[in-house]
Amino acid sequence: MRRALAAALVAFAVLAPEAGAVEPGEMLADPALEARARELSRELRCLVCQNQSIDDSAAPLARDLRVLVRERLAGGDSDDQVIAFVTDRYGDFVRLRPPFKPETWLLWLGTPALLLAAAGSVVLIARRRRAAAAVPAPLSAEERRRLDAVLGEGP
Amino acid sequence: MRTAFLVPLAAFAALAAVLGVYLYQVGPGGKSISALPSALIDQPAPDFALPALDGAGVPGLAASDLGGHVALVNVFASWCVPCKVEHPLLTALAKDGVAIYGINYKDKAEDARAWLARLGNPYRRIGVDATGRTAIDWGVYGVPETFVIDAKGRIRYRHVGPIMPFDVDEKIRPLVRELAR
Amino acid sequence: MIPELGHFALALALLAALVQGTVPLAGAARDDLALMEAGRRAAAVQAVLVLLAFLALVHAYVVSDFSVRTVAENSHTLKPLLYKLTGVWANHEGSMVLWVLILALYGAAVALFGANLPPALRARVIAVQGLIGAGFLAFILFTSNPFLRLDPAPTEGAGLNPLLQDPGLAFHPPFLYLGYVGLSIAYAFAVAALIEGRVDPAWARWVRPWTLAAWCALTIGIALGSWWAYYELGWGGWWFWDPVENASLMPWLAATALLHSAAVVEKREALRSWTVLLAILAFGLALLGTFLVRSGVLTSVHSFATDPARGVFILALLVIVVGGGLMLYAARAPSLKGGGLFAPISREGALVLNNLLLVTACAAVFIGTLYPLFLDALGGGKVSVGPPFFTLTFVPLIVPLLAAAAIGPMLAWKRGDLGAALGRLWVALAVALAAVGIAWAIAGGKPLALVGIALAAWLIVGATTDIAERVGLFRIAFRDMLARARALPRSAWGGAIAHAGAGIAVLGITASSAWQTEAVLAMRAGDAADVAGYRFQFEGTREAAGPNYRATEGRFVVTRGGAPIAVLAPEKRFYPAERNQTTEAAIHTTIAADLYAVLGEPVGDGAWSVRLYHNPLVPWIWIGAILAAFGGAVSLTDRRHRVGAPRRGARASAPAAADAAGA
Repeated sequence: MRRALAAALVAFAVLAPEAGAVEPGEMLADPALEARARELSRELRCLVCQNQSIDDSAAPLARDLRVLVRERLAGGDSDDQVIAFVTDRYGDFVRLRPPFKPETWLLWLGTPALLLAAAGSVVLIARRRRAAAAVPAPLSAEERRRLDAVLGEGP
Repeated sequence: MRTAFLVPLAAFAALAAVLGVYLYQVGPGGKSISALPSALIDQPAPDFALPALDGAGVPGLAASDLGGHVALVNVFASWCVPCKVEHPLLTALAKDGVAIYGINYKDKAEDARAWLARLGNPYRRIGVDATGRTAIDWGVYGVPETFVIDAKGRIRYRHVGPIMPFDVDEKIRPLVRELAR
Repeated sequence: MIPELGHFALALALLAALVQGTVPLAGAARDDLALMEAGRRAAAVQAVLVLLAFLALVHAYVVSDFSVRTVAENSHTLKPLLYKLTGVWANHEGSMVLWVLILALYGAAVALFGANLPPALRARVIAVQGLIGAGFLAFILFTSNPFLRLDPAPTEGAGLNPLLQDPGLAFHPPFLYLGYVGLSIAYAFAVAALIEGRVDPAWARWVRPWTLAAWCALTIGIALGSWWAYYELGWGGWWFWDPVENASLMPWLAATALLHSAAVVEKREALRSWTVLLAILAFGLALLGTFLVRSGVLTSVHSFATDPARGVFILALLVIVVGGGLMLYAARAPSLKGGGLFAPISREGALVLNNLLLVTACAAVFIGTLYPLFLDALGGGKVSVGPPFFTLTFVPLIVPLLAAAAIGPMLAWKRGDLGAALGRLWVALAVALAAVGIAWAIAGGKPLALVGIALAAWLIVGATTDIAERVGLFRIAFRDMLARARALPRSAWGGAIAHAGAGIAVLGITASSAWQTEAVLAMRAGDAADVAGYRFQFEGTREAAGPNYRATEGRFVVTRGGAPIAVLAPEKRFYPAERNQTTEAAIHTTIAADLYAVLGEPVGDGAWSVRLYHNPLVPWIWIGAILAAFGGAVSLTDRRHRVGAPRRGARASAPAAADAAGA
């Protein structure tokens, strides 16, 4: 309860999505650099929003980070250097594409592993069933007689 | 072959167990789903130098002021409603001799001065972070935030949002005491 | 008084649901027809009672009875009547009543229209529906009562989040719930079949229409939601891989897989235990979505205000429903014998591939959505899983799925001829290559986009070829062709239409995400900007007033080569009651593209921050989705699903274990 109260008092959570995102005044004159800045902004999470990238968010902190990204790029940073600059301060949580590390092995490999396992099971089941069906019980004398009758030809 | 039919049940049981555990963890008195750990824990405080708040009667704040003693660094602003909620607790801590430094985040100088004049000034030093850039170096994402710095100038603890009496009693005071030893 | 009656009706409905959930089960076990019939009546009674409760709640919203807490918290006298009505389900409590209402109506529909079902199977299906209904009615009554009173009553309500005061979102939840809850019927049929120990073509024929109906509703619901996001959130996107969006996508993927695997059970009696499992999982995923949205364990822009008690209650329901179903599955499914054999290259083989890819794609969404929660629960820290993850994991599974979707229908059951099927698809292949060439010439070579274009053309032309061949287009006389078209099963038409719809949606998705043009700029009255060959002339802003909001309206005159195209008037609205503002994008839709304008903030000196977009082919996303849902509806009218569905026993397919298992 006490913590619920504390949480309720925290006024920085932005609950409603707002149209906002990158503003004209922030943008770089160089279109190539600006395009890189947009790409990077889409990879970085807005910390005070719910599942929005800083490119999509109207929150002031998102704006500050957008400006920061552009400053770093204009200063000659590579894309990786910019990402590293932000993660040094905010941790890997800001990356919408989580890095591949022990904590995320299952995240990245889970789907391919499942696909392989499922495909393997399908092949295995199909083989087993075909093997089971490949040795049909020999026809009884009665069945043989009826089959011949249907086919209309004698032995 | 029969055991294969148990796989979905087992997977679901694991899922339900984790959901149950999480529900318990975030339940009443539990952890917040939005609070983030600091990336800077056990790392030296970032390098910075901020000018003083004119008229507040205390000097500005720089990285060199940290270290040598245990201190709290509190990021605050006069426009921030929860900051007002935690302010009496900071005042009480300061009265007990804890060194508290303030980073005044994206504020107007006259608003900040009036705010401190009204509520009292628990801060030994106040650095004015008008652009919010120093706060980003600290990994701040919500105001208020409070950091505990040890005698070597390293960040040992970060609290996001207003500190409440139980945060002070259960976390901050014990940590400050332990680090001071 | 009326709210108390509504509350009372809900309590009585719980009793009716309990009767519905127990008596027919006992009747089916003892072969007592009277007890089984009692279940049908209880289902009808429950539906009527829940309907009464729902109407009582609607009444409270329409007359703005603020002594009812949920009304006071979510409505306002100045709100237009439409949004007073839709406000009923724009909050947790009211939406749960709608949920249960739909559940009860589905149960009653089985009771009323299930005349061709064997009495014992029908009784068990109705009972399972009753038990699910009882669980959710108890949930409402004990944790989420919408009829709680406030004393004293406030004189005015708090209003509804203006983002929700919108036609697209008003009807998004009912369709979504029709879909989620419709899957409960598939689940009930699966559980009933497991109790009886028999899954045969007749069973598949009974399950398919309900699944189809649920699938169509879910398709429309998701399409409405994404359309709303597109025009309301104001940055031209329409899908954000938000956990709540994913929560609706997962059951849709599972239901799509279920529709396809049920076809194999119906035609070839294979994949029986798998189909039953899918039916359980599809509804389980719908319940999981309910849990995620309403328990407070996820941070999402769409989630409801939450209460831990609700989370515990829904988790308990989830464990009982899914855990119980899977336990029954583990016990009974091994006795379900495999059906007809088939070669890897065959219709069945294609449908297995379809299921493999759809279920893995569903798993990718599941992993991406729940991983942050799992990691945090197990103390591994915080992680963000955003759109880049889903692009990397989900898309590679969907590409082969769509490629195979054109080939599958061309393959014969049992043993198909891939070469012949591809031979029949030469037109589709040619058109796909031509489309890639054209797209490359016009818009340049983004590899993934070109793959998307090729897939879209391949699917659309492939589906058309399938129908054209079956009716003998260009090969036989027109009159004979019409006769053949009429004689072609509706499910064949439906499948082809749905596949073509998927292709059209892929076209829209690809083009709008790869070739969107965006301009973000500061404009003063009189300024002009060129976007993708269109000139947007900004003529300034004016103040306007709506029924319960004030607005600033911008005005853009759009021309192309001097010829007038459209006048766009995006708005920023302020809702005083809710003290909230929204951005209303202005959109001019043509067949080829949307012109999309958003008015941002004033940036000083009389200038406004403005966003202008050219979104090529974006309307086709929703046209494709609606067409796919229409295909589902056409398939629903197939005569196999109506009268004349052969009764069980007409085919000697019942396994011997069946009767013993039912006891």
